[in-house]
Order: sequence, then C-alpha cells, then structure tokens
Amino acid sequence: MAGATLQRRLTWHLGKVVKATRETPRAKTLVLEVPDWPGHTAGQHVDVRLTAPDGYQARRSYSIASAPEDAPQVALAVERIEDGEVSPYLVDELTPGDQLELRGPIGGYFIWSAGVGGPLLLVAGGSGICPLMAMLRHRARQASTIPTRLVYSARSLDDVIFHDELESLASRGDGFEVFYTLTRSQPAGWTGFRRRIDREMLAEVAFAPSLQPLCMVCGPTPLVEAVAESLVDQGHMPDRVKTERFGPSGG
Amino acid sequence: MDNAELRLDGNAAAGMLREVFVYDLSGATGQCASCGEIGQVGGQHLYMQPLSPGAVLRCRRCESVLMVFVHNRGRYRFGLQGLKWLEIQETAEAGEEVSEQRSQ
Repeated sequence: MAGATLQRRLTWHLGKVVKATRETPRAKTLVLEVPDWPGHTAGQHVDVRLTAPDGYQARRSYSIASAPEDAPQVALAVERIEDGEVSPYLVDELTPGDQLELRGPIGGYFIWSAGVGGPLLLVAGGSGICPLMAMLRHRARQASTIPTRLVYSARSLDDVIFHDELESLASRGDGFEVFYTLTRSQPAGWTGFRRRIDREMLAEVAFAPSLQPLCMVCGPTPLVEAVAESLVDQGHMPDRVKTERFGPSGG
Repeated sequence: MDNAELRLDGNAAAGMLREVFVYDLSGATGQCASCGEIGQVGGQHLYMQPLSPGAVLRCRRCESVLMVFVHNRGRYRFGLQGLKWLEIQETAEAGEEVSEQRSQ
C-alpha cells in the first residue's frame, strides 16, 4: 500500500544533555539532544526514567518547554522538589555530556499549534509554565500574531521561570501580553498582582468569553481547578478550557 | 490524601496508554455511558495513586467510571464498561506518526 502511515511504537530513547541552565534557585533547563526524536507538538510531555545500579526504576513526566522547531533538541525545565526521587538528580547532578532515558512525545489533548488559532489564554502556576512556554516559543518561531495572554502565578520574582525571555517576547509587540502575580513576596516597587489568581483577576486580564478564547491552564491541582472553575463560571465554554494538573507527583 | 488531591487529567495517562495502543488515546473522543457527555479522554478526571499499578478515568461531568486500567505482573487489563464508544483519530498529531512508502 503506497503512502501507508505507520504509527511508531512508544519506545525509550537515550538523550544526551547538551546544556544545563539555571532558571531560578530551584529550577534548571536541561537541553537534550535526542537522535531519533520524531518531533513534537507544543504542550506534549515526555516520560523520564532513571535506573539505579540495583535495577530500581523511577519514572516521571515532564512537559517539553522548547518549540517543535528546535528538534532534535528538546528542552525540559525541571523544578527541584525537596525529598523528590527524580528531580534532585536532574537539577543537581546532571551535567552536559550525561545521558538520560526518555520516551515521547506523549499526549494529544493539552496541545496547541499556531494552526489551531486563538485568541489564546495561558494560565500558569509555578513550573506549570513549561508546556505553555513551548506554545509561546512556537508562536514566536512561526511569527504568529494570534492574540495571546499569559497569567503567571509564582511565589516570588526569583521563582518566575523564563522571566527574561517572557519579557523579551512581550516586548515584540506581536500581540502577546504577560501578567504576573507574586503570591509570597514582591520586590520593591512591584506594580503587578500580589495574590492568588482569582475571579476578579481573570475578569480583568482574560479575554472576554464572547471572543471564545482557547484557555490552557497548567500547574498545581488546586490552582488549576480554581482557575478552570472561574473561567467556566464567567461564561467560557468548558470545551475551550483545557487543563493539566500536576498532582502529587512525588518529584 | 483525599480524592480531589489525587485528581489528574486523562492526559496524564497518555504515556501508559501508548504502551498498548499505537494511537494516542488522550486526544480520542468518547461518550460516557452514564450521562451521555461527549468529550476527549485527556479532559476527563484521572485518579492515580503515586506508584500504584493502575488508574481510573472518570467522567468530568458525572464522575462515573469510564475506564479502569492496570499494568501488573506482565499484563495489561482494561475495563471499558463506562464508555459507550471511543473514537480514535488516525493521525493524532504531527510528530507522532511516521510516513513510510512501502514498495507494494
């Protein structure tokens, strides 16, 4: 059969760390070069597998933070979770030249590409920024002008992952705006929000429901549920509100 | 931990499901046998204890069980009692498929 499409089996790949960059006191970006990488769509994740010398294996899912355009390089931003089984190793131990086992890309639900259109409302809590960053990077690489807003909740300015890049993306004047809320501590002269994301904040910064924006919400479960509920209450269509909860992953 | 804390999105089961199914199931659409709600698997509620061998997918509208899956002792077991139907897209998204020209 000419032109038949064969689906690739989900298999483990060996990626090589080519770059490790500190993003915040607790988070690092790991750029991996994955030779057989089949390409991904912004929003997808990978499973990472660590194997101890005695054969014990631990697996975690991490969202891809890089644009599909960067293939075969894949960037993961990992936040260190105290007492975690996997993240302390990824953040503290892994250095360029090291190899890491991963499989993916995974997921066909929490994804966005420029062809899908907008307007696009992105809401992130903490490291929930990662899959949304892949969307923003993809959007920029495609020179898209789809109206896009990001509402990003972090504990302090130091905890905002990709802060400089977000500022630079927002300064392009291509229809992207970013709003931060710092929930625990704010630098002197801070004019942004300083509380958890709530109804009033969303009413102020989100696109009007009548514009039928696609809403992508990612972060800790309580934040995601509160935001999704508020958006639906405000008249956004449930089918246009997509969520990715982190849950108690154990890091 | 109560159930609400354990709640995830069906999307989180995508990797586990891809161990068995060649197509991505998180982007597949299905109908709840209890309430008739139609939605994507990735958008339903997933309950999965950390380190447990299985997970339960529930309808996000009525919380009825849609799907139960367990991977244990070299076997995968699927209970699909709560789904009236499931429609899987052949090419779920760019990047997950490989086109190959066959000789015949």
